[in-house]
This record gives sequence, structure tokens and C-alpha cells, in this order.
Amino acid sequence: MSLDKATVAKIAHLARIKVPEADQDHLAGELSNILNFVEQLNEVDTVGVQPMTSVAPHKLRRRPDAVTDGGVRDAVLLNAPDSAEGFFVVPKVVE
Amino acid sequence: MTDLTKLTMTEALAGMAKGEFTSVELTEAHVRAVEASRALNAFITETPDQAIAMAERADARRAKGEAGPMNGLPIAVKDLFCTAGFQTTAGSHILEGFKPPYESTVTSNLWRDGAVMLGKVNLDEFAMGSSNVTSHYGPVVSPWSEGTLVQRDMAEEGGFLSELTAAVRQPRPVQEWQWTRKLVPGGSSGGSAAAVAARCAMAATGTDTGGSIRQPASFVGIVGIKPTYGRCSRWGIVAFASSLDQAGPMTRTVGDAALMLGSMCGFDPKDSTSVDMPVPDFRAALTGDIRGLKVGIPKEYRVDGMPAEIEKLWQQGIDWLKAAGAEPVEISLPHTKYALATYYIVAPAECSSNLARYDGVRFGLRVEGKDLKDMYENTRAEGFGAEVKRRIMIGTYVLSAGYYEAYYRKAQQVRTRIAEDFEQAYRQCDVILTPTAPSTAFAIGEKMDDPIAMYLNDVFTVPASLAGLPGISVPAGLASDGLPLGLQILGRPFDESTVLRVAGVLENAAGFDALPPFVAARG
Repeated sequence: MSLDKATVAKIAHLARIKVPEADQDHLAGELSNILNFVEQLNEVDTVGVQPMTSVAPHKLRRRPDAVTDGGVRDAVLLNAPDSAEGFFVVPKVVE
Repeated sequence: MTDLTKLTMTEALAGMAKGEFTSVELTEAHVRAVEASRALNAFITETPDQAIAMAERADARRAKGEAGPMNGLPIAVKDLFCTAGFQTTAGSHILEGFKPPYESTVTSNLWRDGAVMLGKVNLDEFAMGSSNVTSHYGPVVSPWSEGTLVQRDMAEEGGFLSELTAAVRQPRPVQEWQWTRKLVPGGSSGGSAAAVAARCAMAATGTDTGGSIRQPASFVGIVGIKPTYGRCSRWGIVAFASSLDQAGPMTRTVGDAALMLGSMCGFDPKDSTSVDMPVPDFRAALTGDIRGLKVGIPKEYRVDGMPAEIEKLWQQGIDWLKAAGAEPVEISLPHTKYALATYYIVAPAECSSNLARYDGVRFGLRVEGKDLKDMYENTRAEGFGAEVKRRIMIGTYVLSAGYYEAYYRKAQQVRTRIAEDFEQAYRQCDVILTPTAPSTAFAIGEKMDDPIAMYLNDVFTVPASLAGLPGISVPAGLASDGLPLGLQILGRPFDESTVLRVAGVLENAAGFDALPPFVAARG
């Protein structure tokens, strides 16, 4: 699979990473190389093989749907780049 | 007093128990060693005050007869483990200055057992790399790099010193390490590996996603074990690829690895993949008796272009285990050649999901934009380095509509095949012996422009990671370039005890005692 610039721009947007147009060609080359490398998997016959969902043969545990902590607003906001009155502050999202 | 930084943890515990020295003395010696090793760039954050305070508490506990299994032992913590109140960066710009208000379960367990924190050590950004060159905080230099200690005057040459002040000024000689060739310590736990090998920490925590404990251990001549997936809680460890990530100890001996692994493991209700199973006494497993054990030798691990000396060392390992009474058997792991390709779909896919949380809203770096989406994109463009961006984008692509089946689902199917290979093999053998890495350490700057060449470093470690199996690297000898090489032992799920027992035999037979050119407390 060879990726073009437009595809790279699309992936970058889906991944929420700004990639300047000048870097898109180079990145397309790198990503294409990796995809070509992984495409050797097509040689493996996987008809009827279950995809692995858990490496350990264990069921995921569940816990009671109960509050186990809370009342730690200041700790939650401790590392926020910007906060006010107990909330995270982000740029305006509604006009 | 003997040089405290040369002791193994087992020896240090004995010394403290006999009252030969205190944890404060042991810790002070290591704090000085950390300072003397800054040329390695192994530490991102040094925590000397915390170390001394913890050592004082350890001494008090010992005096009261309440010493835990790791009581008073100074260790380094990979900067991927959240440590309450201390900066945790994951080697990334995006988390610079992040001080978690909580402590990872693994480090909590270590502090519960009395260990002392020297600081947080460097790593590849978000643990993505095999060389420790992708860290935002710069590469770690392997203590095995060539260099010389030079003495120079600390005062600036020239500058604005007048002749008068120059005449009365006292010379302030400083010793400085000048590198002739900087080698990588391996990755991603490169800072952990360098600190332990250079004798500035008695041990360090590492994490292994595709080989990030075992490959650096091999590169610097120390022991590193990745336990079975589920043994160590992942809670509070910055996530890279959740179905693969597993913490483990990096130490200088197998006995120390057994000691520290016992502390790190244990059931944790906060991690839904943590396994509720008793933790065996790993130290008791080191009986040295491997008579009758079947050691699998996978024929697929004889890869093209592997240096002859690695093949030779591998044969030497087989002979050592045979001499100790084990029986080598040839086994086949037919899907080995597809492991790396599988890994480079699964790991990026999981990383793209895990790293979605770094958006500049709740913690870490924020780069403003014209609207919210623009802010996300700007933050992530500036906050992540090239390798992390590459992997997030590969992961995004293989999970995106139209490609999920062709890439991600296919990789998960091949992953099943790889796990089945091991299941089959363990019907014929008890452990598997392989080389740890396909080469010795390379120089910083080499292989940088070719991601796939870099990925090949993990060719022998990745298959067991995909199958969730325990694996250890033991230093087994020096190559002709004078650099260490490790041998790897893989085991059945949750059979770390046998892995450690065989590793102990290998360690005794190899008698590896070479010191790197750079040792913190030299002279």
C-alpha cells in the first residue's frame, strides 16, 4: 500500500495531529514503508482463526457500579493547563 | 567500608541486617553516584531529598524489626510510572511538568516493601523505541561507550575575568567524561539499563511492550525480566499498548531480579487485566537444579544475517544448560517471522487509542488554536516527537474504516497463531532458550533514518510479548567488539519460577563479571 499526500492529511486529521503540508510527502513515504512491511501478513492463512482479544485466558473482572472515590476536585484539576471555578477551561466551542 | 555501589541488593540487605551500614549510608553513596553519572543522561528527575527521607524511614523500620523485603534499597524508577507529587514525563514534551496526584501500584508495592527512590529515569518517548534516542529529554549514553575521564578547570576560558581576579582565583578542577563514540543503552528502558549497569542504582523498574526490558538488559550486560502479562498491575503506568505492556525489574543478578519481582507483582483490583493469583516465592525457586528439564531451541530463531558470534553464544548457552542436566530439544515456532509485522499493527493501534487522551485539556502541554479542534491538533503536533506521531498515525490508519479488517483484524488473527505456536512448543519443552537481541549495542545516530531497521532489534523479544509469556535476559558474554550480549529464556504462562531457576543456572555458568568503561563510583 502506498499512501499519497491526501491520505496522510486525512489520517493526520483523524489522529488530531497537525502535519504541515511540507512534511506530508516525507511522512507518506515513511508510513508506506511500514505498511509494506506489515503486509507480509497476507501470506499467513488465517481462515477460521479467531482474532485474539485477550492474551491471558481470563475473563475481565467486573466491579460493582459504585463510587469508589470522589471529592478530589482539586487533585483532578491539579495538572490542568487552564481551569476556573472548578472546571477545565477550553476555547469556545459554540458560537 | 566496601564500595556500597558495587553490592547486589541481596548483599546490601545482608549488610544492613548485620548493621555494617545503614540505608542512609547506602543511599547517600548512590545519590553521589547519580550525580557523578550525569554524563549518561540516565535520569530525567533526580530526587535526592526524597531518597534520604525514605532511607531514614527504612532505617527506623529496621530498628523496630519491621523491615520489608526491599527495605532500604535505593532504586531508580522508569519515568513511565506515576509517582505521586513527582514529575512523570513518559519521555515526552506533552507531559513535561505533569505531577500525578496518585502513585502507580507497582511503585506503591515497592515503597510498601521499603525500597528507596533515587529518581525517575529516561526512556524512549512513551516507551516507543529500542534505543532511547526518541526521548524528548535527549538520548541516554550507554556506560559501555568509549570515552575518557578528563580533568579541566571549571572556570570559563577567556570571558570577563580580569587579570587580577584570574591571579587570585583558586583553580576549580572538575572531572568530565569525554565520549569518543556514544552507544545506545537500548530501549525503551534505556535510562533504567544505564543506571543499573553504571552502578548508580541498585536496580530499576522497567516496562516491556515488545522487548523494552530484555533488549536494553542485553545491551548493557544486566538482568531484565518481563513477567507474564497480568502478573504486575498496569495501573498508574502511562499506557502505550495495553494488551502488551508489562512492568518488570532490571537488576545486576538473577537473585536480585527474583527479589524485586516478588515485590512488584500481585493482584490489583484497579487493573481489570491483573491476575488474581498468589505470588510465589521467586527466590526460593533458585535451586540451581534443572536436571531433566527440557529446553526448547526454536529453529526459526536462526535468522539471516545474524552475527556468527551470537549463534556461537547461543550454542554455548545450550551446552551450559546441558552440562547442568537439562535436555535441549529442537522446537518449531513457525509464525516467528510474522511477529514483528503483527506487533507493528497491534501496538500502534493500541497506542493511537491510548494517546488520544493527550489533547491539552486536562493535563500536560496546551498549544492554543483558533478553536478546540485546532488546539488539539496544535498541542499534539508540538507535544509528540516524530516516532510517536508515526505510530499514532499508523494506528489510526489500521483502525480506520475500510482498513480495520485488512490490517488490525488480520494481525489479531496472526497473533492467535503465534500464541498457538508457543502452546504447541510447551508440550515438548519446559522453557525456550534464544538470543535476546540480534546484535550488540549500536551507536547513537545509527539506524535513525530507517524505522524498520530499528524495529528489527526486537525480533527475538516480540513473539513472547504477543503471547503474553514471561521472558528474561541474562548477560552471557562479551562479543568481539567488547560489548555484552544476553541470552533469553522464555517460559510458560505464570511460570516465572522456572524461568528464574534456569536463568540462575545460566548466570552461574556464564560468570559474567565485566564492568562497563563508565562506572559511577570509579576509583
